[in-house]
Amino acid sequence: MSATVETLEAMERPPVSMGSRLEGELLEVSMGPQHPSTHGVFRMNVALEGEVVRKLKPVFGYLHRNHEKIGENVSYLGSMPYTDRLDYFCSMTNNWAYALSVEKLAGIEVPERAEYLRVILAELTRLQNHASLLGFLLNDMGAWGTPLMYAFREREKILDLFESLSGSRMMCDYMRFGGCRVDASREWLAYAKKIVDRFPRFVDELEQLIVGNEVVIARTQNVGNVSPELAVSAGITGPMLRACGVNYDVRKVDGYGFYPRFKFRIPLGEHGDTYDRLMMRVLEMGESVGILKQAFEQIPAGPIINPKVKIRAFRPPVGEAYGRIEAPKGELGFYLISDGGTNPYRYRVRPPSFINLTILEDMCLGHTVADVMVILGSIDIVMGEVDR
Amino acid sequence: MSEGIDEVLRSKLQQQGVWVSSMQELYNWGRKNSIWPLQFGLACCAIEMIATAASRYDIARFGGEVFRPSPRQADLMIVAGTVTKKMAPQIVRLYNQMADPKYVIAMGACAISGGPFKQGYNVLKGIDRYIPVDVYIPGCPPRPEALLHAFMELQRKIDEQKLSGANKAAHLDSEQPSEFPVPAFGKHDLEPPANPDVFHPPKLERV
Repeated sequence: MSATVETLEAMERPPVSMGSRLEGELLEVSMGPQHPSTHGVFRMNVALEGEVVRKLKPVFGYLHRNHEKIGENVSYLGSMPYTDRLDYFCSMTNNWAYALSVEKLAGIEVPERAEYLRVILAELTRLQNHASLLGFLLNDMGAWGTPLMYAFREREKILDLFESLSGSRMMCDYMRFGGCRVDASREWLAYAKKIVDRFPRFVDELEQLIVGNEVVIARTQNVGNVSPELAVSAGITGPMLRACGVNYDVRKVDGYGFYPRFKFRIPLGEHGDTYDRLMMRVLEMGESVGILKQAFEQIPAGPIINPKVKIRAFRPPVGEAYGRIEAPKGELGFYLISDGGTNPYRYRVRPPSFINLTILEDMCLGHTVADVMVILGSIDIVMGEVDR
Repeated sequence: MSEGIDEVLRSKLQQQGVWVSSMQELYNWGRKNSIWPLQFGLACCAIEMIATAASRYDIARFGGEVFRPSPRQADLMIVAGTVTKKMAPQIVRLYNQMADPKYVIAMGACAISGGPFKQGYNVLKGIDRYIPVDVYIPGCPPRPEALLHAFMELQRKIDEQKLSGANKAAHLDSEQPSEFPVPAFGKHDLEPPANPDVFHPPKLERV
């Protein structure tokens, strides 16, 4: 067999044509899908004037894995492992959002201990997600390696907790409709408490490294500003919205789970730039540690799953439900329509990172191409969730 | 390994401070301990690949920490994650751009066979349909230890490669292809659906 030589015509053309009338002044660059800083298989077609971005078209779909279609063809419980693979950093919060929407659909009560376990695991997920995001973001800024090593050192400790509880490091598949799959032992809770108690030391260390760091300030302040009006009208949620100063957190607004029982504050930014988005993650980690400490004190004994829920041939009544939670990346929602059968009639995911990504062009225009990577990193996208 | 050297003589010489080696041994030793992977992640498995490179698992112990963003500088492609039909042509193109000798590790159930997403309309049922795979790692996702194990298996494989003779390494044989045709999206699906020179599906006997 002989090797084939491709002609220029045979190579794939960018699907989004930016027109050939760029007058020779703008340079069209295709960044990705294999790019060290695109956080997965994401492509941007950027039109540059010198080094300044004049036009940016994102290209999605390189990781489209038919999540929603598969969800409509397997049973309700069968979708639970697939939700792990949506946002593969935060399988616990994905599980929770899906379980919450099915519980809404079928009207299932959740025992108290299970709700506490869910809060604990969701906040642990938030800690490890934000820690690794900061590592990746600093990586994109050129601090090659070191911050990521610090972040992954902490992340591994939390993954150990997940593994000892659910059996898997990343794909936990832990929540069930009406509760959780396995109970946390007293030793597990004590060990988790120990790790959470030590976590602020890491947050302080990281904060010290970035807050006054001249390079970080130069690369992030006044880069990628988002106005509150734009953020609200584009449906931005999560830390990215709060960085613009909009006080909106589903944990407070909906009060799902037992969040109203905990005392915590919502950190708010002021300028909506990359620096604020970065600091939002640092501050949220501190608040999550506070929630976890309260949860460890309050957690009661009792059953972890509602015994009335049928595991096999689970058929929720006809109807529709939308369950949403505050995932580390923003509002994660599942919209389900039931026709009374064993699988959902319609299964729709509201992915926070996809919707947060939609204003990428507005954020990048007028900045240099090097800033695009930093801005993209600060949105905190995971392609498994964007393309689904 | 070292066919031409008498082991007894070699150890005696070593005691005298003389190190005797064959060209092949030296060549393979150098190559297997400096495998540079391509910095290229597709999906969930890529996070475990990063974890392997990060503080706890530290792939640098095996000489594989130099992740190169450019395929021109890389020796090893770790296909970490689900290969979709939109991404498959880019992966084959990246493989073609890598310089010989080059190796492929298929990491995770998706890269091997499509994994949990096999029933999907947009997922390739295994990257070995288009490029030759050296080591397969099952798991969804495989643990970092599994990736390290695959890495060591690959080192073992490199160590056994011959420099000359009938069964010499593929990259030294000018008859062997080092580039493979890039599939394109045709009317309904990727065309061709598989590369017959690489992909030999097992024939199942129905009883």
